[in-house]
Amino acid sequence: MILSGFLRKAAQPVLAPLIAVIAAVLVTSVVVTIAGASVSDFWSVMTTAPKGRNWVNIINQSSMIFLAALAAAIGFRMNLFNIGVEGQYTIASYAAALVAGYAFFPGKLNVVVAVLVAMVVGALWAGIAGLLKVTRGVSEVISTIMLNAIAGTLVGYLLSNHGEQYGQGRRTTPIPDSSQFTGWTFFGEHDGAVWSLALIAVVAGFGISFLINRTRFGFDLRATGQNEEAAVASGVQVKRMVVISMLLSGGIAGLIWMPALFGGADYYGPPFQHQLGFTGIAVALLGRNRPLGIFFGAVLFAWLSEQANPLGLVAGISPSIVQITQGVVVLAVVIAYEVVRRWSTAQEQRTLRAVLDSTPPQHEQKEVTA
Amino acid sequence: MRRVSKIAAVACIASLALTGCGKNDDTKGSDKTSTSSADLCKDASGDGPKVGLAYDVGGRGDQSFNDSAYAGLKKAVDELGATCTEGEATDGEAESARETRLRDMADAGMNPIIGVGFAYSEAVNAVAPDYTDINFGVIDGFDPDADANDNVAYLGFAENEGSFLVGVAAAMKTQSDHIGFVGGVHNDLIKKFEAGYVAGAEAVNPDITVDVKYIEESDLAGFGDPAGGKEAATAEFDNGADVVYHASGASGSGVFEAAVDAGDGHWAIGVDSDQYLTAPAEQQSHILTSMLKRVDVATFDMIQSIADGKPLVSYQTYDLKVDGVGYSTSGGFVDDIKSDIDGYADKIKSGEIKVPTAP
Repeated sequence: MILSGFLRKAAQPVLAPLIAVIAAVLVTSVVVTIAGASVSDFWSVMTTAPKGRNWVNIINQSSMIFLAALAAAIGFRMNLFNIGVEGQYTIASYAAALVAGYAFFPGKLNVVVAVLVAMVVGALWAGIAGLLKVTRGVSEVISTIMLNAIAGTLVGYLLSNHGEQYGQGRRTTPIPDSSQFTGWTFFGEHDGAVWSLALIAVVAGFGISFLINRTRFGFDLRATGQNEEAAVASGVQVKRMVVISMLLSGGIAGLIWMPALFGGADYYGPPFQHQLGFTGIAVALLGRNRPLGIFFGAVLFAWLSEQANPLGLVAGISPSIVQITQGVVVLAVVIAYEVVRRWSTAQEQRTLRAVLDSTPPQHEQKEVTA
Repeated sequence: MRRVSKIAAVACIASLALTGCGKNDDTKGSDKTSTSSADLCKDASGDGPKVGLAYDVGGRGDQSFNDSAYAGLKKAVDELGATCTEGEATDGEAESARETRLRDMADAGMNPIIGVGFAYSEAVNAVAPDYTDINFGVIDGFDPDADANDNVAYLGFAENEGSFLVGVAAAMKTQSDHIGFVGGVHNDLIKKFEAGYVAGAEAVNPDITVDVKYIEESDLAGFGDPAGGKEAATAEFDNGADVVYHASGASGSGVFEAAVDAGDGHWAIGVDSDQYLTAPAEQQSHILTSMLKRVDVATFDMIQSIADGKPLVSYQTYDLKVDGVGYSTSGGFVDDIKSDIDGYADKIKSGEIKVPTAP
């Protein structure tokens, strides 16, 4: 009895991801075989112990993926499907790089201002979708997809027309040396540095976790997500919540690229890393929208992408194959959670029935006394 | 909450699956090259230069830019006894991933290491100073800072000159005096193709209408998006154009599909490689010509320079004069106007015609 209760409690957070990872390993192995490559080569490359510079890249990438997933998760927690993280961080990154490049303020103050600009621009861009939803009833799914396309095109236009010439492309003015915030070199000189602003991810993780679990706002947000009617009945202003959540989600999205900008990217231009917004959605799902789960998901995704790099060199397999692994992990997690949830609900019902069946007299007594 | 997760999961998987589909489509036609090439580096065992070739997004099998670099590598393996390793960029990868790819090759003792595509410029600039005894080459590359690297060659092309020639072909073949252009990404490099193409067309017919469309404003995914290429080209065909030139890497297979769908009398012009040779049969009858950007020549030159002990460094330009760019005649669709096109080519070589580099 105690054991099965424990099993039930442990089942969802442990069993489901475990099933998902095993499924992903199996499916990826099958795909590798179909592609005509060696399965053992593939997994030996993927599980090789990372070298110094690989660790640095995994940590740096994890921080950005974590922020992206956190931004998506805030919306998901209250049933808001913000798939506009991509557009929000694109336009926010451009704005921040532009402001940082102008260097209106000296040294590190410039960094603070640029980060604030990124948050505000990201929040406003997401806020458009929030406002459209509460005033015109436009589904945030549609509006954020549209806003992604608009953000990409707008930034490209501004860059083409106002950016500075840079080889075959255009870029914003690089940030001054005094505003660089490179980070810590844990390994060799040439292995790169862990970005200082990767710490933003840690701060944001704890901050959002506190906000959602320990505050009135967080309670309202969760309540709206779980049962909107009940939330309205208990006095939650849902429209206000929608707008605030979108602003918050967009604000976090604005932070995504900040560690990279001050950690060595120096400007917004052709090397800008796209697609993090979509990766974030996948990782938010993988981590069940909880900061701790997202953390593990972000590390897993960063690990897979980084370790995939030598696949072509060593095993003759296209590194794109890990995108299949990543996709299968997400799909399998969602399915596994649903299966485990049904299983534990059935267990609960069985236990309840057993308890009720074993104590029928109480029931009769009650009727007599009444 | 659960509803959202389900929708989100489906959307995620769909987007992954759809990009997968796009990739599958464009490798179909090149099965011949990709199966034989899969073994090239495995089987190569000569004692020539050890080449590290890092492809751009789209990778080998794009029937265009990357495949052209591969052709140069193959020639080096056959003629110089080169051995090789290959790496490939993925969509939306980190800048650090490019650096890691180059460092892995350098650590494995490759020399030269060639980055295929301007996107490697920053990464090579970061890596090259740490490996002074290795030579690097960047196709379409440039030096992003003021410190010159004396072990890096930037292999550039006069794409505007080659594009001028296919612009001439387009203007002479069009029945409607209306042609089109599809670019992968709206950057200065692809604008160079557009500028040459428009100039060539206008040299033949000053009143010609040229529709210009770009798949992406700044996201490099525009070079690996066949669906986007098809959409852009279809719009131009619908608008009355009957010849469409693409400079969009692997997205070009979509442009060819659009030409097939538009029916007889509608042409597409390929880019970088002779795309007639790698296209499926139903598309071949719609590929008028291809602008040849001899990435293979540049790649081979770079490798040969190492074999000869006289490594290429600094900026190298491959233009019409050195056959660095040109046009293809496979299919025989431009045979009747070949002398006209060659006439323009001679004028460019002699300097009589100056082809603009920006629209």
